[in-house]
Amino acid sequence: MTPLLELAHVSKTFGGLLRRRRVAAVRDVSFSLSGESPEVFTLLGQSGSGKTTLARMILGLETPTAGSLRLKGQDIAGLRRGAGGRRLLGLVQPIFQNPFEAFNPLRHVDHYLLLTAQRFGGAGEGLAAQAATETALRQVGLSLAEVARRYPHELSGGQLQRLAIARALLAKPKLIVADEPVSMVDASLRMAIVNLFKTLRGRFGISILYITHDLATAYLVSDRIMIMRDGEVVESGPARQVLTHPQHAYSRQLKDAVLVPRFTAAAGDGATTKPEHGPQH
Amino acid sequence: MTATPAADREPKRASAGAPREPVLTVEDLKAYYRTRHFGIEREVRAVDGVSFEVRDNEIYGLAGESSSGKSTLLKAVAAAMRPPLQVVGGTVRMRFLAGAKSLHQASSAELAQLRWRRLSYIMQGSMSALNPVRRVRRSFEDFAARHLGGTGAAFEAKVVAHLELVRLDKGVLDAYPHELSGGMRQRVTIALATLCRPDLVIADEPTTALDVVVQKDVLDMIRDVQRQVGSSLLLVTHDLGVHAYLTDRLAIMYGGRLVEEAPTETLFRSPQHPYSKHLIASLPRIGEEAPKVTLTGGPPNLAEPPPGCRFHPRCPLVMERCRRETPALTRLAPHHRVACFAVGGQA
Repeated sequence: MTPLLELAHVSKTFGGLLRRRRVAAVRDVSFSLSGESPEVFTLLGQSGSGKTTLARMILGLETPTAGSLRLKGQDIAGLRRGAGGRRLLGLVQPIFQNPFEAFNPLRHVDHYLLLTAQRFGGAGEGLAAQAATETALRQVGLSLAEVARRYPHELSGGQLQRLAIARALLAKPKLIVADEPVSMVDASLRMAIVNLFKTLRGRFGISILYITHDLATAYLVSDRIMIMRDGEVVESGPARQVLTHPQHAYSRQLKDAVLVPRFTAAAGDGATTKPEHGPQH
Repeated sequence: MTATPAADREPKRASAGAPREPVLTVEDLKAYYRTRHFGIEREVRAVDGVSFEVRDNEIYGLAGESSSGKSTLLKAVAAAMRPPLQVVGGTVRMRFLAGAKSLHQASSAELAQLRWRRLSYIMQGSMSALNPVRRVRRSFEDFAARHLGGTGAAFEAKVVAHLELVRLDKGVLDAYPHELSGGMRQRVTIALATLCRPDLVIADEPTTALDVVVQKDVLDMIRDVQRQVGSSLLLVTHDLGVHAYLTDRLAIMYGGRLVEEAPTETLFRSPQHPYSKHLIASLPRIGEEAPKVTLTGGPPNLAEPPPGCRFHPRCPLVMERCRRETPALTRLAPHHRVACFAVGGQA
């Protein structure tokens, strides 16, 4: 079976010619996502590592300087052409970092959902679109009654981000590209969204490309992980293995940068409270 | 590190003796945004009755999510309000302000004397503290020369010695801010904030804009400098990982009020308020299974906060009383205060 997504020796360089400096944002990256079993694939790296450029190429928003990107065997540049890129967006849907910027502040949020349902979900006008929207909202733990005729500023970041996921689901994509989807969301709601990715994969068979710099959430939801630095892949493999036993020096550096509470470090192991360590300092 | 320049400095301004009053005492502080358009008055109660104190030589953490009121609280504590924000009640006392009056009653001349000398800031974006078109040296002169006196060789020597504390070469003085990396710039602002050895440093999300790899270094540096200079630090961030790493005591804010305050370790090991419990339980940790998340809904709209306890619409332990009455922050143990009817302390 053809892989869902296949990247072969993809590079992207910005600048050159008249601009003085050439920046290689992505260098010779290859990986593929299976077409049979959906997975949560995480791209991990600090700012400037090229992970967003890679995501933009997968979404057809940038063209690679070299190499090929294929979605279900078809070239992404080809899918992008014609019909407003709808063929591409029917296969892969984005979720962006800042949910407050992803929605038009002057429009009701349900407007987008209904529009997407009509354009991509194959639902016609009126009731069918509403029913499709309601179903998608239920899948992310919201309901149409909660969000109908509401403006983005009336909803919390967590609610908006779940709306963005519901909107993506309406297009019935095979792949969701989520670029730093929780970094603008409050900590108490963050895990709810990250856990949602697992549900989407397990229940609806959607693969997720999760882009983040946060090792902890990456550890919890990913099946596989790929660590990038300066546009290059430094390490990749099963998530738990990579994060518990990082091989590359840079992966180890990333892991060491995770803040460990002073008191658990002193107590030796992470989770359990040792009774002899009283509650007071 | 090289020989510590702190050794030849004056000892901490503290005079030994009776237990001293806290560096900062905030009592029942209320800061509201009040607007009036076309005769319609609107009031957002962003900080509504907050009391806490910051003691000598401690790092006091304040955690809260977006729209919990923590930024407003900082503005009110630093007397840096702009309309429509106004302080409508309560006091903010700083030990070094003569006459035990609230900071909000001080004259602008008095405030100018305090700023950077007694009370200084580390901001989230270091670019907003440093003048982008001036060399770094100029920022040091702007901020500190009038407090330390002079701009000559003696001043420069002081600055260079202080830069060593944050492991920066004196070469940075001749650089423009954009020539430095984010981590270096934030170290420059740490040096700026601590140069006059202030009694209290307010740090607002000091590492949020930095890369993960740099964040830990900068936090270590903040702690080193704080210990050496002997300032107290009021650290505000939404990132509980930073609090667990750095702070001595921690307060958790929700909907404009403090819901819990305890030594950081106690708060992490045995949180009492349902909201704190949820926050700490939902921290993802490497090597553990995914935390279970049960909390629904979003933070309250502070223009129309729910009656009674502001957490009650989301609270798993909600009782009839919570919908009517507001729980006060009460002492559960000697160093542990909680605002919840369900958690004892409030019969």
